[in-house]
Amino acid sequence: MSIFKKIFTAIKGGANEVGEAIVDANSTRIFEQEIRDAENHLTKAKRDLTDVMAKQMQASREVERITKDIASHEDYAGQALSKGDEALAMEIAEKIASLDTELTTQQGSLDSFTTSVERLKELIKKSERQVADYKRQLSVVKTTDSVQKATAAITDNFVSGNSKLLSAKDSLERIKQKQQNFDDRLKASEQLQAESGDASLEAKLKAAGIGDQASSANSVLDRIKAKQG
Amino acid sequence: MNIHKIAQYLNDLGDNSDTGHSFDCQPIAGEVDVLQISILGREELPIFVSVTDDQILCITYLWGEDEVVSEKRTEMFETMLEMNIPMPLSSFAKIGDKYSIFGALAISSSVEEIEHELTVLSDNALDVIDDFSEFLV
Repeated sequence: MSIFKKIFTAIKGGANEVGEAIVDANSTRIFEQEIRDAENHLTKAKRDLTDVMAKQMQASREVERITKDIASHEDYAGQALSKGDEALAMEIAEKIASLDTELTTQQGSLDSFTTSVERLKELIKKSERQVADYKRQLSVVKTTDSVQKATAAITDNFVSGNSKLLSAKDSLERIKQKQQNFDDRLKASEQLQAESGDASLEAKLKAAGIGDQASSANSVLDRIKAKQG
Repeated sequence: MNIHKIAQYLNDLGDNSDTGHSFDCQPIAGEVDVLQISILGREELPIFVSVTDDQILCITYLWGEDEVVSEKRTEMFETMLEMNIPMPLSSFAKIGDKYSIFGALAISSSVEEIEHELTVLSDNALDVIDDFSEFLV
């Protein structure tokens, strides 16, 4: 059963009361221990792999050395034969025979080390995938646990704070109202600023003698005089 | 990352956030640390942040099961599933008898990324309630 299915089953099973643990703390600890064990095994397997690879390299060098040795001894045997020294050639041939045996043994070791290396690498890859999957599952479990505990804390907080939870629609309405108030205030203050800006400009214009001038007693008198004239 | 670092950052922001929002952070005591974050003017829809071993969870509660018009429940579910991908950064969820939207961030996220997440989550919550009001009593 996948971890999701397990949690789903636990929730459906009625363990959804706030404060009631879906996840058994003890089994989580056991699971964590299993992951740590698996990681330890992995570390050990990697160390083993290093050892085997070192042995593989040694065996490979040995095979190379013996092969070269055989080649040169075959050369010597050829030279002995061409000199007609049958006895020496025979001695060399015996040496080659023993080298052949040694080569077979070393080649056998090399093959077995190579197989071991491949097997260990495969095992390590598989274990690493397994550990990663365990960790993912543990994360699912722990997150479920954490969300549940957080929900409990949040619910307790609301209850103890005695704050009544509004319905979603009421909450939205209030937030929109606040936003509207804010926008209105912003607009009002912009308008105010604009108006005071206009007023100060008019004052400046008046001071500079530009635009509509306030009628003065003198100008009124001038106007009356003009009519009489 | 822990909730204290997040609270410190958001409180220090004051009015100088890039998103133009002011945040108020209140830690909630419990078995796990939870941070209640209110955005100024949106206090009715607080965001709850908790930090686990590998992720940061930001949750906003939308509405309770009792607020759903029962004959529109299936249609609401379908709409939620259809909205889940288009809705930026947040996903629908149900915790107990409450519907919610949440965003999960990697534990390695920066405080700026968390601030962005919180703002988007809050905007999403407002839009979702507005758009889903036809399913609610």
